[in-house]
Amino acid sequence: MKSITELEAIRKKALEQMSVRNQDVRMRVVVGMATCGIAAGARPVMNAFLEELKRRNINDVKVTMTGCIGACRLEPIVEVVDEKGEKVTYVKMTAEKAARVVAEHIVNGRVCLDYTIGAEEKNK
Amino acid sequence: MQIYRSHVLVCGGTGCTSSNSGKIIEEFEVQLKNNKLENEVKVIKTGCFGLCAQGPIVVVYPEGSMYTMVKPEDVKEIVEEHLLKGRIVRRLLLSDIQTEEDTSAKSLEKVDFFKRQLRIALRNCGIINPEDINEYIAYDGYKALAKVLTEMEPEEVIDTIKKSGLRGRGGGGFPTGLKWEFAAKSQDDIKYVCCNADEGDPGAFMDRSILEGDPHSVIEAMIIAGYAIGANQGFIYVRAEYPIAVKRLDIAIKQAREYGLLGEDIFGTGFSFDIELRLGAGAFVCGEETALMTSIEGKRGEPRPRPPFPAVKGLWQKPTLLNNVETYANIPVIILKGPEWFASIGTEKSKGTKVFAVGGKINNTGLVEIPMGTTLREVIYDIGGGIPNGKKFKAAQTGGPSGGCIPASHIDTPIEYDTLVQLGSMMGSGGLIVMDEDTCMVDIAKFFLEFTVDESCGKCPPCRIGTKRMLEILERITGGKGEEGDIEKLEILAKNIKASALCGLGQTAPNPVLSTLRYFRDEYEAHVRDKKCPAGVCKSMMHYVINAELCKSCGICARNCPVKCISGQRGVPYVIDQDKCIKCGTCMEKCPFKAIFKNV
Ligand SMILES: Cc1cc2nc3c(=O)[nH]c(=O)nc-3n(C[C@H](O)[C@H](O)[C@H](O)COP(=O)(O)O)c2cc1C
Ligand code: SF4
Ligand code: SF4
Ligand code: SF4
Ligand code: FES
Ligand code: FES
Repeated sequence: MKSITELEAIRKKALEQMSVRNQDVRMRVVVGMATCGIAAGARPVMNAFLEELKRRNINDVKVTMTGCIGACRLEPIVEVVDEKGEKVTYVKMTAEKAARVVAEHIVNGRVCLDYTIGAEEKNK
Repeated sequence: MQIYRSHVLVCGGTGCTSSNSGKIIEEFEVQLKNNKLENEVKVIKTGCFGLCAQGPIVVVYPEGSMYTMVKPEDVKEIVEEHLLKGRIVRRLLLSDIQTEEDTSAKSLEKVDFFKRQLRIALRNCGIINPEDINEYIAYDGYKALAKVLTEMEPEEVIDTIKKSGLRGRGGGGFPTGLKWEFAAKSQDDIKYVCCNADEGDPGAFMDRSILEGDPHSVIEAMIIAGYAIGANQGFIYVRAEYPIAVKRLDIAIKQAREYGLLGEDIFGTGFSFDIELRLGAGAFVCGEETALMTSIEGKRGEPRPRPPFPAVKGLWQKPTLLNNVETYANIPVIILKGPEWFASIGTEKSKGTKVFAVGGKINNTGLVEIPMGTTLREVIYDIGGGIPNGKKFKAAQTGGPSGGCIPASHIDTPIEYDTLVQLGSMMGSGGLIVMDEDTCMVDIAKFFLEFTVDESCGKCPPCRIGTKRMLEILERITGGKGEEGDIEKLEILAKNIKASALCGLGQTAPNPVLSTLRYFRDEYEAHVRDKKCPAGVCKSMMHYVINAELCKSCGICARNCPVKCISGQRGVPYVIDQDKCIKCGTCMEKCPFKAIFKNV
């Protein structure tokens, strides 16, 4: 090791790989991953969240999974939970929608109302 | 490089490894493949989490769910439920958090066992992969070294350590900064830095856990010490009975060399330092500093008189700095967070934290790191989960064979160097053995003395002969053959050995006897005068008897007695032939009607 800059570069890279273990979480993205969720395509949705967050270097938002929420017809379902525990539930998610949720909701703090469970219920 | 959405940390400490955590890792790899998750989930082997009694431990991130007592058969469920579907496997959570509502709980911090601790020396244990230098670097590893080499003069480093108030964690509690200063002031072109990783105290395993869980923290500290005192070569003396620690140290040294953190011209500053491992054969006396250095030189590990102290004449007659593993593990944090921060933790004269290996009659045996000044009660009840089976706390033994017992009446004493010494015990390296009402204090003293007699190097007569005489008296007392005057003889011998033995082993060997005499003299007297062991431990003085009224003459005891010394017939109470009974206790355990009693 010839310089501190070199050490710092290694630190940054390693930290990024370990970010999943960081417990300072600003927001959580909870993806429904029970049988019907997976069947409806929850896995690509989850991966889209992971990739989008990584692309933007966001380390304090965690993507986790949950089981059946009980509204299988609306799957894939994703909940975005903020620090205070306020939940926004997005339904019928896709990878494209996931990218928009990251950009609008997670980065800019604007809930994507048109993807929420409320909007979906109204459309019926 | 790949980002994984989930990390599964499996404890690879000695405790968990011996309860099969290696198999668990293999099983995870198989199950992850079966479920096509191998590119999403990464399995990492860590060092000890501290909760060894609940091991093997598995922690799944990002949820931070801690699974305990995991068996290889459980892995399939963790993978299919938790990793595939996000459903926490509640039955495997620690029992005190099983009922929590929030399934995405940050379980680790919720557990009482961790809540009360402050982890400085153990900061990375159970958190990082000890075989990957990058993970250490990620958590600010080698940053303190960089700071020291590029921004600080050696005197400033020593000053920082002095200001922090850090004292040696290997037993004696000598101020670390002062020791560094002595070594720095010794004039010589060759000096050495040494790490004492011998850890011979029965019941102690904190140094092993640090080496297994975070070897780089010790390496980094030794390089810093080398810079501070002007040394370019370090030695780690580790006992060969610690194979996992040896292996991880070996890997860590190699990785540090690859990164140029050991070797020539570190950080381009012109400073060079390297470290070699030396394996000890596991003799307790080799932990004593002069014996340790003689052993590193390749000779038989026998102590020599001090002075000269190692800081003046140590390895190969050159000035040598010797510190304990845990002492070193504190150094990088002190440099990064500042001496004021460190000195704000703990008590007036004992700064920072201390790691204890808590064992014996306690629910959560394992490793705990607590701020100095925490009371024994907090350690035993709040962190340790109390005494099993509703038994009463009787005493805690600290300091191993050099220490003594703290009786229940002092349970609210804050734990620090000086209070423990006042109580006739000592901090020692941090073994803490909890004893309940069923422990015989004379027997405990005998246990530690047996250890000393076995481990005495034999160089000086007070230790070689004196401790043997003490042991003989203790054997007589516990054997029911104690004589009037035995207790006084023990005291005289103890005083003389303490005053005349050459090294610390002999000088402290009588402590367990003296401290139990101080608080439990009545137990000694009961053994000698009444030929009774109040705790019912010393076999010579107790026997098993069958209560004729309770006995239903079922014959179960007789069938289970290994020496067939119980006789009887239908309708008549059974009796034990006391002359043949070997006091194994089987009959009492097996009697369905609780008709057999231990008579003391
Ligand atoms: C018989 C005997 C055994 C010892 N065993 C150890 C040991 O296993 N580990 C240790 O660090 N110190 C042990 N010590 C204390 C060392 O001699 C020395 O004081 C210590 O390693 C210095 O480091 P520290 O100032 O960081 O505590 C032992 C001392 C004696 C007398
Ligand atoms: S006190 Fe015991 S261990 Fe120490 S030098 Fe003497 S005989 Fe050896
Ligand atoms: S087992 Fe108990 S009840 Fe049965 S014979 Fe023995 S002492 Fe009596
Ligand atoms: S204590 Fe053991 S040896 Fe003695 S009577 Fe009971 S079973 Fe037999
Ligand atoms: S499985 Fe998703 S709501 Fe039922
Ligand atoms: S060895 Fe696994 S928790 Fe201690």
